Amino acid sequence: MSRVIVDARRLLCPMPVIRVQDRAKGLAPGAVIEAVCTDPGVLNDIPAWCRINGHKVLETRNENDEYIVVLEIGEE
Amino acid sequence: MTEKRKAIALISGGLDSLLAAKVIQEQGVHVEGINFFTGFCVEGHTHAIRKKDRARPKRNNALWVAEQLGIKLHLVDIVEEYKEVVFNPKHGYGANLNHCLDCKIFMVKKAHEWIRANGFDFIITGEVLGQRPMSQRKDTMPVVSRDSGANDLLLRPLCAKYQPITKPELEGWVDREKLYNFNGRSRKPQMALAREFGLTDYAQPAGGCCFLTDVQYSSKLADLWQARGEKQYEMDDIMLLKVGRHLRPRPNFKLIISREEGEGNFLQGYRKQFINLKTTSHAGPMALLDGQVDEADIQLAARIVARYSQGKQEQQVVVEVADLAGNIRELTVAPLPSEDVLEEWHL
Ligand code: SF4
Repeated sequence: MSRVIVDARRLLCPMPVIRVQDRAKGLAPGAVIEAVCTDPGVLNDIPAWCRINGHKVLETRNENDEYIVVLEIGEE
Repeated sequence: MTEKRKAIALISGGLDSLLAAKVIQEQGVHVEGINFFTGFCVEGHTHAIRKKDRARPKRNNALWVAEQLGIKLHLVDIVEEYKEVVFNPKHGYGANLNHCLDCKIFMVKKAHEWIRANGFDFIITGEVLGQRPMSQRKDTMPVVSRDSGANDLLLRPLCAKYQPITKPELEGWVDREKLYNFNGRSRKPQMALAREFGLTDYAQPAGGCCFLTDVQYSSKLADLWQARGEKQYEMDDIMLLKVGRHLRPRPNFKLIISREEGEGNFLQGYRKQFINLKTTSHAGPMALLDGQVDEADIQLAARIVARYSQGKQEQQVVVEVADLAGNIRELTVAPLPSEDVLEEWHL
């Protein structure tokens, strides 16, 4: 399954979540989004958004001041 | 079986909108939340920037509320459209640059468009009669219903008993008897209802939901408009107004000076857009210079920045100045004595 990259660097919350949400629209269940962010708040906000919407966080990591959240789109 | 009705709740992240949504959910209505991002929302920004705030647990209250309620939350970016509401509020500004009445009308209007596009039946807000000086008054609440176009599709569960009957009540989608009559500024009834629902952990924003109710923030925004000769702003402007100390020593320029490391790092990200200054002989802040300047202005700016460095008591401090083309030079200056940093320079 291909991976969609969402570049949300330099955006502050909740903008990264909004970018991910808007990109997720129309993606099929199982599709994977990798959000690349610089606001550490995404480590809370994107997983919270995923829980609400039934998506699954596959991985969160911190690399050179970047916070990366990988998630899988769930069933509607 | 009758069809389950659907409502969209405006979720700010505070207690009132949480309760309003819960009350309607309890009546068997399918509720989803909507949260509008204007750019001025208090949510997390300074938190993300200031190092000292990072230790505090952080959460997006709107997302958290949605999670408590077990509902979906639609986050909507209205930054661009919202500008018109900030620049030209039909009903004027409140105590600061807040234009709560126009803001509320705008948000309910957007929610109304949303329910029409998504097949929902009505809109809920957490408004309480008499709680906010501008938008939640007896005479202005009907204005919100009317000017937003939502009319009788707007239900305020927490003070519905004071409002004319709405369509959801009339049609029996909700039971008016089980709605509330909260009014005034006391938070006690809300807290009691929260207890009834078993809710103990919720956000209680002090002033309002956005920076426009903040005196200092509003005065910085007013200064920005005056300096530019027009009411305009971009997302970066809104962000920068939240960061650092802002000083306008001359009408033609202002300085944004970091107060701590986190802010310094944040301002670094704007190096290519502004002339920027940094002390090199001593530890000190990062500063951005906004405006059209000549050499005398840059000298003055360097002396001010030196004053906020650890070399403030020294005869001389070296300040690195980078221009917009990225050319870097060093200036050796005497830090400006603190009595010469005039009170009125501080925005
Ligand atoms: S406080 Fe800000 S977001 Fe809330 S109603 Fe007033 S202007 Fe709108």
